[in-house]
Amino acid sequence: MRIPGLNLAWKPLAGEAPAARADVGEWQWTQAARLVREGGGRLVALWGEDRRDLADDADEFAVHAAYAVKEGLALVDLLVPAAAPAFPDLSGLFPAAGRLQRAVFDLLGLAAAGAADARPWLRHGAWPADAFPLRRDFDASRLPPNAFADYPFVRVEGEGVHEIPVGPIHAGIIEPGHFRFSIVGEKVLRLEERLGYVHKGIDKLFESHDVASGHRVAGRVSGDSTVAFAWAYAQAAESLLGVVPPPRARWTRALLLERERVANHLGDLGALGNDAAVAFALAQFMRLKEDWLRLSGEVFGHRLLMDVIVPGGVARGFDAVQAARLAAQCDAVEAEVRELRTIFDEHAGLQDRFLTTGRVTPDLARRLGLAGLAGRASGQAFDLRADFPCTPYDALAVRKSGYAAGDVAARANLRFDELLESLRLLRSLAAGTPPGELRVELPPARAGAFGVGWVEGWRGECLVAVEAGEGGRIRRAHAHDPSWQNWPVLEHAVIGNIVPDFPLINKSFNLSYSGGDC
Amino acid sequence: MLRILRQIVRTGLVSEPAPAPDEALRAQAPAIQDEILRLLGRALAIRQVDAGSCNGCELEIHALNNPYYNLEGLGIRFVASPRHADLLLVTGPVAKNMEQALRIAYEATPDPKLVVAVGDCGCTGGIFGESYASCGRVANVIPVDVAVPGCPPPPLEILKGILTAVAARAPG
Ligand code: SF4
Repeated sequence: MRIPGLNLAWKPLAGEAPAARADVGEWQWTQAARLVREGGGRLVALWGEDRRDLADDADEFAVHAAYAVKEGLALVDLLVPAAAPAFPDLSGLFPAAGRLQRAVFDLLGLAAAGAADARPWLRHGAWPADAFPLRRDFDASRLPPNAFADYPFVRVEGEGVHEIPVGPIHAGIIEPGHFRFSIVGEKVLRLEERLGYVHKGIDKLFESHDVASGHRVAGRVSGDSTVAFAWAYAQAAESLLGVVPPPRARWTRALLLERERVANHLGDLGALGNDAAVAFALAQFMRLKEDWLRLSGEVFGHRLLMDVIVPGGVARGFDAVQAARLAAQCDAVEAEVRELRTIFDEHAGLQDRFLTTGRVTPDLARRLGLAGLAGRASGQAFDLRADFPCTPYDALAVRKSGYAAGDVAARANLRFDELLESLRLLRSLAAGTPPGELRVELPPARAGAFGVGWVEGWRGECLVAVEAGEGGRIRRAHAHDPSWQNWPVLEHAVIGNIVPDFPLINKSFNLSYSGGDC
Repeated sequence: MLRILRQIVRTGLVSEPAPAPDEALRAQAPAIQDEILRLLGRALAIRQVDAGSCNGCELEIHALNNPYYNLEGLGIRFVASPRHADLLLVTGPVAKNMEQALRIAYEATPDPKLVVAVGDCGCTGGIFGESYASCGRVANVIPVDVAVPGCPPPPLEILKGILTAVAARAPG
C-alpha cells in the first residue's frame, strides 16, 4: 500500500523509477495529499490533461499528482468533468501546489477550487483568458496580438516602505524573471516573484514528437540539467515501451549525470565566490569548469552532453583510453577543489557574507517542500540516488550530504561535499562501466501506454511523464523541474536580509527559470 | 591570502589566442583589439538578453568570460544596461512573454547598434519554432546582424559571431 490509510488500486509501472499509479475520486484526491503530508512524503509534481480526444473519456479532463512516498513515486489521477472543470485545491497542504495549479488553469482551464491565489502564472497575455493551449481544440493560428498584461502584485503598506522592481531582464547573463522587492531602508520586507517569461510551450511541443524522439525536447527544458531531463525522459519512454537499456548504457548515463553535477557545482561555487567579491574564485572555478566541459566535448561530442542519452540507451559511449582520461581528470580536479575549499573556509570576508545569509530553517523547508540540493542544505535529507538507487547507483552506495543551517554557507558547503562525492562516483563509473551494447531497438509504442521517469539532477528531482498516442506519437508529456518547489521558498529566504545580498542568496539556490516556465 | 597567491601563481596564464572573425582577415588578439578601438574608440560593450533560451546558450556565454578566452583582454565586456551597450547578444527563440521586453531593450540601445542572435533557437527558432508561446527566431522581433548557429554554439563560435558583427559594420 503506497499511501497508508487510503485503499487504492495501485498499478505498478515498469521501468527504472519505482512508481505506481492509481485512480482517485475527488475526496481521495484531497485525502491522498493529506495522508502523504502527514506521513512525511512530498509533492513532486502536479499537471493536467485534456482527455476529450479519447473515446472512453470524451467528456473529461484529468489532473495528476506525483508524490514521493516511502516505496517510491505514487501517482494519483483524478478525472475532471468537462462540464465542471475544477478540482480540489492542494495548496493548503502543499504550498508548492499553488503555482502549479495556476499553471494548470492557464494551460487547460481547470480551476483549483478554493485556492486563495487564482492570478494567472504562465499567461502574460500571449493568449486570451478564455483560450487554453493544452486543450485539444485550441487553435494557435487564431490568436489575437500578443498583449502584455499588468499583474496585480501584493502591496506592502506602511511608513517608509518602498518597492524595487527588477527584471524581467536582469543586469547580468541570467535568465529573465521579475522580482518585486518591498523594502524599508536596506532591509527586504517582502519579495514577490513573477515568472513565466520564458514559457515556450514545451508540454504542447512534446505532442508534435514521437516517443522515440522526445528526449531532444526534454533535454532542452533546462539546459543546465539536460542530462537529468533526458534520462528522466528515457526512463519514461522505456517504462511505457517495456524495454530495459543495456548495462553499459545505464552506467554511462550515471557517469553523464555526475559529470553534469560537477560542471554545475564548479560554476556555482565560482559564481558564489564572485558574488561575495572574491573574483579569484570565479576565475579559478571557471577555468576548472572549462577543462571539464572540453573533455566532455571530446569524449561525448557535446560540451553540455546534450542528446547523448536516448530512449533505449546512449548515443555514445567511451572506450578504455577515454575512461582513463575521465578518471585522471577527476584526480586533477579533486586536488584543486580541495585547495579552493580551504581558501573558502579561511576567507573571513567570504564567510562573513555566507554565514546566516538567506536562511531557510529545516522546519520552514519541510513545510514549504524545499527540494533537492537546497533542501539538503536545510535538513531535508532526500536524494534519489541514495533513497531509490537504480543501476548503477545500487552498486556505488552514494553518500548523502546534508546541513541544517540552511544559509548560503550551507548551500556552498553542500556543493563542495557533493562535488567531491561525484568525483568519487565518477572514478568508479569510469572503471566499472561494462562493455557491451550502447542501446536496444525500440518496439513500437502502444497507444495509451504510460511511463514515468524520476532522476536526481544536480538541482533536485526531475520528473518526466509520457503517454503514447497513435502511430508512435506522444499524446501527452509533462516535464517537471524542482525549481517549481524552490522558487517560492526563495521569497522566504530573503526576508530580513539586505537588498545587496539578494544576488548572493539567489545564486546559492541557482534555480532554473526555463525549467519552471517551460 | 598566501594560499590564494600560491594558487594564482601555480595556475599561471591560461588565456588562449583569439580566433579570427569569420570573414577572416585579421587575426589574433592585438588586431582584434585595434579593430574594436578603431571602430568604437573604446571597448565593445555587450548587453546579453535571454529572450527565451533553455539556458544552455547562457552557459556558453558565461564560459566566454572564463580566463581561457580572455574576453576583457580583447576589449569586450558585458554591461548591465542596454543603454550602455553597443551590441545586444540575444539567445533563445523569442518567448511571447519576452517579446515586449526584447523590443524595449532594443529601443533602449543607442544607435548604431548591433544584434547577434545566438544558438539554433536565435537563428531559426530551433526546436521550439513558432507556436502559441514562441515568436520563433530573434529576427522575427528585432533586426539581426549576425546569427550564430549551434545548440548551444561553443564559446569560440559566439566570439567569432561578435567579431563578425563588428567587422561587418566597419566603415571601409
Ligand atoms: S540553441 Fe539549444 S542551447 Fe541554445 S537556447 Fe536553444 S535549445 Fe537551448
